[in-house]
Amino acid sequence: MKSKLKSDNSPVASVPSRRNSSNGIRREVLIGWLFVIPALAFYLFFVIFPLIMSIRYSFFNWNGITKMTFVGLKNYITVFKVPDLFGTIINAFELVVYFSVFPVGIGLLIASIIHRVASGKFGEAARTILFLPQIIPLVAAGIIWGWLLSSSGLVNEILKTLGLGVITRAWLGDFTWALPSVGFIGVWVLLGFCTLLLLTGINKIDPSLYESARIDGATWWNEFTSITIPLLKNEIGVCLTVTVTNALAAFDIVYVTTAGGPGNSTSVPGVQIYILAFTQQRIGLASALAVLLLIMVLIVVIPIQLLSKESAQ
Amino acid sequence: MSKNKLSLTLVSLLLLTSMLLSACGGQAATATAAATTAAATAAPTEATAAATVAATVAATPSCGTDPVVLNAYFETGFDLPFKLSEEFTKQFPNVTWDIKQDQFSNLINETPRLLAGDNAPDLIRLPTMVSFAKQGLLMNLDDYAKAFGWDKWSMAQINQNRVSTDGIRGSGSLYAWGLNYSLTGVFYNKAEAAKIGMTDAPKTLAEFDDLLAKAKTAGLTPIMQWGSAKSGMGLAFPLQQLMASVGDTTPISEWIYNKAGATIDTPSNLTAAQHLEQWVKAGYFPTDINAIEYTDANARFEKGEGVFIFNGDWQNADFDKNMAGNIGFFLMPPATAGGNPAAMSSPLTYGIAAKAKHADCAAFFLNWVATNDKARQIDVAVGGSNPGGPDDATMPTVAAGSITNDTLAAGLVIGKAGTAMDFIANSTSAIFAQGWTPELQKMVGGKEDAAGLLKAVQAEYESELAQ
Repeated sequence: MKSKLKSDNSPVASVPSRRNSSNGIRREVLIGWLFVIPALAFYLFFVIFPLIMSIRYSFFNWNGITKMTFVGLKNYITVFKVPDLFGTIINAFELVVYFSVFPVGIGLLIASIIHRVASGKFGEAARTILFLPQIIPLVAAGIIWGWLLSSSGLVNEILKTLGLGVITRAWLGDFTWALPSVGFIGVWVLLGFCTLLLLTGINKIDPSLYESARIDGATWWNEFTSITIPLLKNEIGVCLTVTVTNALAAFDIVYVTTAGGPGNSTSVPGVQIYILAFTQQRIGLASALAVLLLIMVLIVVIPIQLLSKESAQ
Repeated sequence: MSKNKLSLTLVSLLLLTSMLLSACGGQAATATAAATTAAATAAPTEATAAATVAATVAATPSCGTDPVVLNAYFETGFDLPFKLSEEFTKQFPNVTWDIKQDQFSNLINETPRLLAGDNAPDLIRLPTMVSFAKQGLLMNLDDYAKAFGWDKWSMAQINQNRVSTDGIRGSGSLYAWGLNYSLTGVFYNKAEAAKIGMTDAPKTLAEFDDLLAKAKTAGLTPIMQWGSAKSGMGLAFPLQQLMASVGDTTPISEWIYNKAGATIDTPSNLTAAQHLEQWVKAGYFPTDINAIEYTDANARFEKGEGVFIFNGDWQNADFDKNMAGNIGFFLMPPATAGGNPAAMSSPLTYGIAAKAKHADCAAFFLNWVATNDKARQIDVAVGGSNPGGPDDATMPTVAAGSITNDTLAAGLVIGKAGTAMDFIANSTSAIFAQGWTPELQKMVGGKEDAAGLLKAVQAEYESELAQ
């Protein structure tokens, strides 16, 4: 941003009068601020202000209506002491595997396959189909998958047709399978996004690199590991950042499909924050969990950012 | 570039936090613990024409003759309050309605903000009431009770709407009123019951156990019940019925009312929970119960899956429609022969905001629902439940063959025995979502035994009350 301003101002800098020049810069800066202010005001009011208030509330015992009482770190201690609250954090990290590792891993494979063998109409169709889940609202996706995964749903019907009737179950009501099922819905939603982003990245890679590799007799796998992955680190970084955030801050898919059940086995911080704040009127405890969620996301996301930045340099 | 990405990440995360706070932030300003002085004394101000009316009548709150728009929040999916409001306007044309509606689960979350807001509702379906009463958000109805003579009616369920100054339900001032009084018990599919040779309703728990075992042996689903976290765990119904079958209802009610030192973890309740655990282990419930929604459970039961279902009379109209002539009802039998049956029976609770603009008219409406013949008729026909009212009020007639005949008759038995209880799901605002539902689901999944269930729920209860 700074360097841009400088280069834009270079003609002004050549004007002899110093006074005029500083006035000009001031004017430019003022205009710049005028453009930024509306968005900044919204950002401050709807993002930064609530964040600061959240941090403040997390040190209080408050029901949202009557007087607040200062309790220090008690809310934070409660989060770590109550197994059902801390358990949500563990579940969130398990979701990271489904929401991030699978979409990014499978997305990489699909993108490189589309790039190598199906760049024509078939590739376009594949891209569109993979991206479709991304434009369906998560709540609608959750409801549809709730039906598909029910005991008499399509998934079980298909399994029965395939002679796998033994393994049919109410997937979202099963202690072992509920979280993986929710994770699977996440894969379905996020795979298209990752594939498309990675495919765009692959298309930016200089084709001559692939050509020379092929002349040297490189297989698809050689290309994939030696050219595609190293040159896609930046895109992979973006994918991981978005999907990890989605996993840790998940709310809609979980709330719509399982509401945290059975027996809290799919409960994630997002759902708990909602229940604590709105059902239990425990704004302080909800805020403490929200702040911890924020810290948790930062701890995971910052290293990813640093790594992809390093590789970009 | 990466800075931008990082801030993008932060923004998306912060949305969650801001969502939380934009909803609560505004409340601090409105958080005036409004004094809940009953407005009955200010009643005649609305009725300009009432000046010439005799003093005794003027002392009774009414809707006056000037145009009144009642600001109401009803529960989505239940016709009763809508039908009652239509009839009320027919009889009192100066009263019209501004009705907002929402799902019960949303009302649980919205109610404190609605009550504390500037346009506080005159009438609102109340999911819970103790915290709202304590926070001064609800109108104290004692003066209305005196004015309308509610305090002379003998229905024990009225006490469920009382809250004492220390926040204990069951006694103290009246903060809400029931449009009707629901009753729970065991519904059965007559055709399926015939298959296991059931001719009469079981008289004892042992007889009921026999029927369940027979149903299992016959390859039927003995009990259909819902149990998903979204609907809330329906096993709370048979559990509480078993508690009242093997033990006394008083300790259960005291626990629901938050009496000091009350515990759900009693030896008698342990016996009940163990009994339920045996039912679960014996395969008396559908294997996918942890994923079954309330509506799906009823739909499956109506299609013939399940001999019995634990439910309440609010489901009567639906059962009558979809299982005409094939639906039966009995009260959960006591463990000892000759003992009294017990049931959950609670008011369909409506309250008036402390800041309501037309409190008198709203109270007049509540009184009208319980005392007007036409209203009582709608109450029974649409709501399926006992309309309450004065002791000498006549019970509206019900279509012959309707299951409502059976539930109303059962209600009289419970009323006589004095064994009506509120629901264990209502003891605190989140005990159902955070206590009963997950813990009972764990019991179904074999991850919790009866003793662990009661201990976990009691711990959650104490943690919530400590707030």
